[in-house]
Amino acid sequence: MSNADQNSNYISGKTGDWEIVIGLEIHAQVLSSSKLFSGASTEFGKDPNHNVSLVDAAMPGMLPVINQTCIKQAIKSGIALNAEINKYSVFDRKNYFYADLPQGYQISQYKYPIVGEGSLKITDTNGEDKVIGIERIHLEQDAGKSLHDQHPSKSFIDLNRTGVALMEIVSKPDLRSPEEAASYVKKIRTVLRYIETCDGNMEQGSLRADCNVSVRKPNGDLGTRCEIKNLNSIKFISQAIQYEAERQVEILENGGVIDQETRLFDTSTGETRSMRSKEDAHDYRYFPDPDLLPLELSDSQISEIRSDMPELPDQLVERLISEYGITKYDANVIAEEKEYVQYYEDSAKNRDGKLVVNWMTSELFGLLKKNNIQFNQNPISPNYLNELVELIENKTISGKIAKDVFEIIFATSKSPKMIVKEKGLEQVTDDGAIEVFVDQVINENKDKVKEYLSGKDKLFGFFVGQVMKVSQGKANPGLVNKILKLKLK
Amino acid sequence: MSNLLQFSISEALSLLEKKEFSTKELVETYINAIEKTKDLNMYLTKCFDQALEQAKVSDQNYLNGNQRFLEGIPLGVKDMFCTKGIETTASSKILKKFIPTYESTVTHNLWKEGAINLGKLSCDEFAMGSSNETAAKGEVINPWNFEEKRTPGGSSGGSAAAVAAKAALAATGTDTGGSIRQPAAFCGVVGLKPTYGRCSRWGIVAFASSLDQAGPITRNVSDAALMLQVISGYDPKDSTSSNKDVPNFYNDLGKSIKGIKIGIPEEYNSDGISSDILNAKDMTINFLKENGAEIIPVKLPLTKYSLPVYYIVAPAEASSNLARYDGVRYGARIDGNSLDEMYENTRNLGFGDEVKRRIMIGTYVLSSGYYDAYYLKAQKVRRLIKNEFTEIFKQVDYLVTPTTPTTAFKLGSTQDLLTMYLNDVFTVPASLAGIPGISLPIKLDKNKLPVGIQILGKDFDEQGLLNVAKVIESCASFKDTPNGAAS
Amino acid sequence: MSNNSKIDLDILKKLGKLSRIPIDETGSNKLMEDLNEILGFIEQLNEVDTESVDPLSSVTGHNLPIREDVVDDGNKNNDVLENAPEKNSGYFVVPKVIE
Ligand SMILES: [Mg+2]
Ligand SMILES: [Zn+2]
Repeated sequence: MSNADQNSNYISGKTGDWEIVIGLEIHAQVLSSSKLFSGASTEFGKDPNHNVSLVDAAMPGMLPVINQTCIKQAIKSGIALNAEINKYSVFDRKNYFYADLPQGYQISQYKYPIVGEGSLKITDTNGEDKVIGIERIHLEQDAGKSLHDQHPSKSFIDLNRTGVALMEIVSKPDLRSPEEAASYVKKIRTVLRYIETCDGNMEQGSLRADCNVSVRKPNGDLGTRCEIKNLNSIKFISQAIQYEAERQVEILENGGVIDQETRLFDTSTGETRSMRSKEDAHDYRYFPDPDLLPLELSDSQISEIRSDMPELPDQLVERLISEYGITKYDANVIAEEKEYVQYYEDSAKNRDGKLVVNWMTSELFGLLKKNNIQFNQNPISPNYLNELVELIENKTISGKIAKDVFEIIFATSKSPKMIVKEKGLEQVTDDGAIEVFVDQVINENKDKVKEYLSGKDKLFGFFVGQVMKVSQGKANPGLVNKILKLKLK
Repeated sequence: MSNLLQFSISEALSLLEKKEFSTKELVETYINAIEKTKDLNMYLTKCFDQALEQAKVSDQNYLNGNQRFLEGIPLGVKDMFCTKGIETTASSKILKKFIPTYESTVTHNLWKEGAINLGKLSCDEFAMGSSNETAAKGEVINPWNFEEKRTPGGSSGGSAAAVAAKAALAATGTDTGGSIRQPAAFCGVVGLKPTYGRCSRWGIVAFASSLDQAGPITRNVSDAALMLQVISGYDPKDSTSSNKDVPNFYNDLGKSIKGIKIGIPEEYNSDGISSDILNAKDMTINFLKENGAEIIPVKLPLTKYSLPVYYIVAPAEASSNLARYDGVRYGARIDGNSLDEMYENTRNLGFGDEVKRRIMIGTYVLSSGYYDAYYLKAQKVRRLIKNEFTEIFKQVDYLVTPTTPTTAFKLGSTQDLLTMYLNDVFTVPASLAGIPGISLPIKLDKNKLPVGIQILGKDFDEQGLLNVAKVIESCASFKDTPNGAAS
Repeated sequence: MSNNSKIDLDILKKLGKLSRIPIDETGSNKLMEDLNEILGFIEQLNEVDTESVDPLSSVTGHNLPIREDVVDDGNKNNDVLENAPEKNSGYFVVPKVIE
């Protein structure tokens, strides 16, 4: 990587360049049927306080019992992030008062998390691979929800989300730009969705990030960081980091100092602000939860999960490149979502993989976007795309006609073969038939023929176009070329 | 009919079966006794109507010959146990009018076996205390020399007093640092703290989770065995409960103690200990010798650090366990202009002084900068204490000690905090180690107050503990009745 | 109050803030004395050598029991809200929270 490339991440200020240093804490909701320590459902969108057990509501005398699936999901996620799985971990209480924290503490993991150090490969600002360190993953309880807009002087509390299992994935401060941060979150999301440990649904809050941002002179000492809490979209993550970094640069360049603090991102203004409720006396008093025992895992438990791991995005990209001969860029696009992969591999069966990937990423994605349709509502089945590409490959139709056919499939869900047959769109590959078209064009454009023969070579394209037009696009372009060349001598 | 009060659980069960009297008669007798002893201030909530309804069911079961294990036995329940549809306050203002929609596992097991709930018994607020003086509704009066207004002990003071005063045939208690054994000793009844994990903690208002354990308070050792059998067992809802088999404690009572080794720790001899208590200990040693046990003096030098460890660990856990009392979901709420103001108003007026002190200490020992010096240090010493017991139980089978350094003192007489805390000096070590302990009365002291002796055993050896206790009980033949008891 | 007292008014106020128990000026001296007396007592532990001793947080001998991932609880709004001092439309209600 050249210096010039690296500098593109820097913020240039009055006093020179500033480097942004970012670490992320991602809270990913674990996919499980019931909560981390209770048998209440994790289902989203229920009536207030419906998915709440007496344990979640912290009624007197209630006790936590841990959910097997949540443990397994954390281990799976750790393996997917190349991380060490800790055979000994401890659940601690993090003590603080909040309206939607019924116990008065959150059960979390502090000194001994279930997953230790790992790493994740992302694509950096220059499109190159970069490895981001993972510090740890721990399991913890989610809090409830406070609604502040229901009443002028009251807040309403819904505990449905209370006690749902979260994985907190803590990165090392290895990220250097808002784009890298976005790329990292996307990649985490992709990985977790692949291995089905988190649905990654950011709008519903299943995946959200706390961003630790500081700035420094390139390669200088780390600056004081601020934590921006609870960002639930990739766009907001980039915006918030950019704003926050610029804010810090401005303060520093004007001789100020950064207060280490927790900040909120205002999505309407695009600015971050200090939390008003920030406590002057934050002291979580972590200690091992005496209602639980340390979690001890055996080698066989871990290796069983390891041997059962699905293919991971990075492995898949390698395979797509070697198996289908597509570019790394295309492989990455396909690998982004599991459903893309499934679709691609189905439609590329026995076909030219490059052709299929082009059709999928440009035509299909384009049409879906234009019509505002989700991928899982896609009206073109993989079989149809396969068939369409087959028709191109065996020269039944030209690429140009194929685009029309594609739009017809999209609109009617009819099979490509049927459309081609019904509309008589088969390519004309018969020399005699094409000669007829060529003769017609030559007869109708005598003056242009004269110009061409006197040396205006550029007109050749015009004749090709005319022949295609006369043939309603069905003439095989190669043959048209060949015959035109012969006749125009 | 009031002579029905004299029977123990095992006697009552066999007489009920023989139809000598009905459950209804038994329950009515106890209701009457509760009314007669109301000046002792033992019951916070009375459940007479339900009790009489239950008596009908029990009588029907006896009639049909399908009576359950404790069919028709009228019990009192410490107010730390959540009881469905019945106010449960832990003797605190902050839980005023809290009516659980659920039943604790321990009490559920009792009702499932046909026992009948007479009502909820007073205790120290959140079980924090050794004299019952921290109860929101005022202290319970010990039925022994009741006119002198002595403490029943604590925290299960209401339970021990009610059993002694014959206002319940037996009662449930909870023991965190001695809260079953110490009041049992002060009231002249039997109190058993099982091994940590033997009984489920589910549905018991938590004080210090790593120490809290439910247990029975009864008139004699056999009744303790009967009660323990019903309340013990694995509960999938309590991660700390043990899945060890529950023996048939009652049927296996009465084994000879010939040849067993009894350790007498020399450290359980604090300076202020009265000659009456030392005498009770010597009597007990003689009973054991007469029955063929081998007496071995032993040393447990870390004993003296038990109380300091306890006064770090218990308040630390309590400070966190009591955070849920915030006025949001249940209990008392004192409003304020902001959420924090509401929290502070509620907790300020809802908690008593002792509870606040312990929350403060607990918060301090966990706070950053002090955690290692206090909490972590205490956990380390706790391990050493546990190890010391493990080692000693390689040499001896049981330990015998006084239960308390003094007999029941006068209410209001102890102004000094540390003097009050010293009440638990002999009971706390077993709590820290999680081992079982039982206290039973041996004699009366010069003030005509009962003196208790404590037996400690290995993890999950309640059976052996009960056997030794049974031998001592029959030798001591303690038959006195307090003058404050119903008759 | 003795010279080596650990908890002064500042710390006491911080503890009050953390535990949501307000410290009133009149009672604070007595409380501070009590707390320092307890601290003085528990500091005996410094006499014990705990070098290379593992802390003990549970005396339980078994492993952490683990639950199957099944939904067998919840769906009891009435029980959950039964004792609430203030509720509205199925929510618990508290004084307005400002973030
Ligand atoms: Mg965070
Ligand atoms: Zn977290």
